[in-house]
Amino acid sequence: MAKNKLTTGKVQSIISNLLIVEADGPVSQNEICYINLSGVKLMAEVIKINGNNAYVQVFESTRGLKIGNSVEFTGHMLEVTLGPGILSKNFDGLQNDLDKMEGVFLKRGDYTNPLEDDKLWEFKPLAKAGDKVAAGDWIGEVKENWIHHKTMVPFKFTGSFTIKSIVSEGKYTINDTIAVLSNEKNEDIPVAMAQKWPVRIPIRNYKSKPRPFKLMETGVRTMDILNPIVEGGTGFIPGPFGSGKTVLQHALAKQAEADLIVVAACGERANEVVEIFKEYPELDDPRTGRKLMERTTIIANTSNMPVAAREASVYTAMTISEYYRAMGLKVLLLADSTSRWAQALREMSNRMEELPGPDAFPMDLSAIISSFYARAGYVYLNNGKTGSVTFIGTVSPAGGNLKEPVTESTKKAARCFYGLSQQRADSKRYPAIDPIDSYSKYLEYTEFKEYINKNFSSDWIENVLYTKNILLRGKEAYEQINILGDDGVPINYHLNFWKSEVIDFVILQQDAFDEVDASTPIERQKYMLKSIINICKNDYKFDSFEEVNPYFKKIINFYKQMNYSEFQSDKFNGFKKELNATIEERKIA
Amino acid sequence: METQAFQKIYTKITQVTKATCSLSAPGISYEELAVINGRLAQVVKINKDIVTLQVFSGTEGIPTNAEVIFMGKPPTLKVSDELSGRIFNAYGKPIDGMPDIQGEEREIGSPSVNPVRREQPSELIATGIAGIDLNNTIVTGQKIPFFADPDQPFNQVMAMVALRAQADRIILGGMGMTNDDFLFYKNVFENAGASDRIVSFINTTENPSVERLLVPEMTLAAAEYFAVDKNEKVLVLLTDMTLYADALSIVSNRMDQIPSKDSMPGSLYSDLAKIYEKAVQFPSGGSITIIAVTTLSGGDITHAIPDNTGYITEGQLFLRKDSDIGKVIVDPFRSLSRLKQLVIGKQTREDHPQVMNAAIRLFADATNAKTKLQNGFDLSDYDERTLNFAKDYSNDLLAIDVNIEIDEMLNTGWRLFNKYFSPEEVGIKKEFVDKYWTKEEE
Ligand SMILES: Nc1ncnc2c1ncn2[C@@H]1O[C@H](COP(=O)(O)OP(=O)(O)OP(=O)(O)O)[C@@H](O)[C@H]1O
Ligand SMILES: [Mg+2]
Repeated sequence: MAKNKLTTGKVQSIISNLLIVEADGPVSQNEICYINLSGVKLMAEVIKINGNNAYVQVFESTRGLKIGNSVEFTGHMLEVTLGPGILSKNFDGLQNDLDKMEGVFLKRGDYTNPLEDDKLWEFKPLAKAGDKVAAGDWIGEVKENWIHHKTMVPFKFTGSFTIKSIVSEGKYTINDTIAVLSNEKNEDIPVAMAQKWPVRIPIRNYKSKPRPFKLMETGVRTMDILNPIVEGGTGFIPGPFGSGKTVLQHALAKQAEADLIVVAACGERANEVVEIFKEYPELDDPRTGRKLMERTTIIANTSNMPVAAREASVYTAMTISEYYRAMGLKVLLLADSTSRWAQALREMSNRMEELPGPDAFPMDLSAIISSFYARAGYVYLNNGKTGSVTFIGTVSPAGGNLKEPVTESTKKAARCFYGLSQQRADSKRYPAIDPIDSYSKYLEYTEFKEYINKNFSSDWIENVLYTKNILLRGKEAYEQINILGDDGVPINYHLNFWKSEVIDFVILQQDAFDEVDASTPIERQKYMLKSIINICKNDYKFDSFEEVNPYFKKIINFYKQMNYSEFQSDKFNGFKKELNATIEERKIA
Repeated sequence: METQAFQKIYTKITQVTKATCSLSAPGISYEELAVINGRLAQVVKINKDIVTLQVFSGTEGIPTNAEVIFMGKPPTLKVSDELSGRIFNAYGKPIDGMPDIQGEEREIGSPSVNPVRREQPSELIATGIAGIDLNNTIVTGQKIPFFADPDQPFNQVMAMVALRAQADRIILGGMGMTNDDFLFYKNVFENAGASDRIVSFINTTENPSVERLLVPEMTLAAAEYFAVDKNEKVLVLLTDMTLYADALSIVSNRMDQIPSKDSMPGSLYSDLAKIYEKAVQFPSGGSITIIAVTTLSGGDITHAIPDNTGYITEGQLFLRKDSDIGKVIVDPFRSLSRLKQLVIGKQTREDHPQVMNAAIRLFADATNAKTKLQNGFDLSDYDERTLNFAKDYSNDLLAIDVNIEIDEMLNTGWRLFNKYFSPEEVGIKKEFVDKYWTKEEE
């Protein structure tokens, strides 16, 4: 995209944030330009070109713009700056550092540096003069918080290079030249710690992307046990408003076993982001003892922030995730809500008067969503190390009806489906993930099964399927009881129903706001699952159906008290003893 | 918005539609206001030198030679302490018979607060209504609507909440309000001696519906003045947001935009979010809390207006009539306050979250029992008890005429648990059962 002279233009037409700009030179699709509004520059992106006319979407309010306002094209696409200092930051959708902005209110055209130009980092070379390298290869590292942040040969470089010189260990800024590479033509190319990358293009500097197979522990029982997500896997959480999508994502952000968490707050509430800003610096990461904020980066483009930037924000977040994956890290990317991103696409497509698809969404919505999900994955890097981007997005279906374009398109792209049910949410059975409709395709992966057999136990998957089966039978029994009446069915039906209730109350339901219950480490989950399976496999003696309900209520109550107690504490073991005694009361040996 | 002598007058309108007029006028800026034969209009599209204006009061009777004067600025509101106690129309003009106010002129529809500059909402707003304080506690800086059918007494409840909320300032934005309802609010506030704390922006059913589109931003511009400049705790009341959204759809349909669900514009979510996200807790202590009304049609919350609202607001308060007790209650199932966890069990008694959840769960069991009954089945002893519990719970806690302190709500909860259930059936953490269960036994 190199050009000798940068193109300029003049505004010809304004409808909301869509402008038509007459350009005086070459323009590329997705090129970034700035509109000059009496000294303030408003960032915009080319989304369609017709002759000399570039259609651009402005990432800001267009209030006050006039025909004839001048436009400068930049010659590059929407890019993010990648380098040490990204971690723990709060960015907007275009990677402006929100903390660097002055004043309480956002100002149009206030673009801030995402990283720190003058900060000195303790750089350690990982390569030496004479080494042959290619894009993405690690040539040095700095300590960023607690991670070993790799300096890589810029992803934009094509072909192979020889390191001509590299600086020795010491303090450097992100823009200092830390190495000089020479290309095949023997030209010198300086390399710094910071590099840029266009967000809409995936970073592909890895050797291979196998099917993911490693369980990623989340501490959320209904996920880990029933429908596990894997490192490098994809999942989505559709649910009507108020069903618990955000609470679930926050639980994952706090607890999931990942090195880094990137949270894309995409067109949702600002107060939910504030919760992260305010709480994560105080909360401990149970695995490392460090503060949660040390592993978290936030891309906040909340619902009241410009719509076009909202659309860009998911790409910004994905690019940052891919960057850290290239360093061999396990990244978890959470986006809330991908429906807002789709709506941003819809607003623009309507303004452009494109032929609308279902519900007025753009025709290519499905393709856009699948290519985004395809950027996640577990990879083998060129140096043999592994890294992953796991992506879980929420979907906010209109009217809570899953037969709508965003949910349907996402279903085709994501491998795990965590459907939140209104009914469960209404009866406060949180997390409201429907245990019957939800699925994880990974349970069927042979790679995953092998991993579980080796690292968990050989009967784990069998037990998971058994649990699912009990839930299904419980549901069927419940329906029969409702049709035929309590005394119109054999006692066995009541038993089946109540066994499924035990699983529901003890495994599925989990109080995200209770200190102990919020997160269940995998060892504890294994223990609980085994215990529950024993309960379900037992036979019990009842003389009438009326005895079943109070008996299992009692069992559930003991289990719940256990869930609220520290694992294996005296309290926990006390309840366990009472539980066992209760079981013995009616168990048929 | 007086016209000034040097302003150019255009008299050649080239196109008139139901909602818009177009004319050739160079040098006009986007979203600028104009006056067409005395009617206010706003620039919604510019193509070369053709400017399209949306006429707020409609284009009926506008001739092609109408006088068009551009005002060189977007809609503004003059802000100062003189706003207090005054009543304005959608354009910010006094309609209370008193003179214009003096003050700094500010553009409405101001930018958003930088999320990192927000404070976490944290101050509980007590309303005395257990359906709110116990089950759906609200806090300053929150945005929450009442979802109610038009025949529910939402205006009464909202006025009651506003008066009990102990806000420094109440800003009322009325959209498509009947004159009777407007007088109701006026009387209630006057009788409570609160008139001078209140600023009103009113579009009644007698005013053109598209004018409503200005009401929320006018209301919020005034709210921001008091919350930011004066560090006040401001409570904003917006009623009825359904009529606001209807006006949005009228405009977008007249402008030939492709409608999405329920013939609402595709941008409905963003349009509503821009308003509701003005709710904020500022670091300086000021806050804007928004309580709105979204009327439903036949309780349908899947319609695009309540649906998009629910995705934006921090919960909703659902009013419905409980036929068992013959009173209006705050429905514990469909109602929700997302911000309650910031205060319950922290600023309120420790057992608050568990009592709240347990009671709702038992109320849900009662609903199941009711279904059984309707299907003609025998009820178990437990079913009978849940039904009796539900009646008491509805009457003593959920009904909107309840007015008690939160501790008393919790005690009432324990009393009802004790009356109908065993501790195992209630399933609350043992330490709380130990502490509170026997206490209420007489
Ligand atoms: N695991 C949980 N434990 C306890 N309460 C929960 C849990 N999950 C959700 N809730 C309750 O449900 C409320 C709504 O949850 P949440 O905000 O996550 O909904 P959402 O699906 O993100 O809604 P929206 O689409 O409107 O953003 C929470 O404020 C909380 O009260
Ligand atoms: Mg949410």
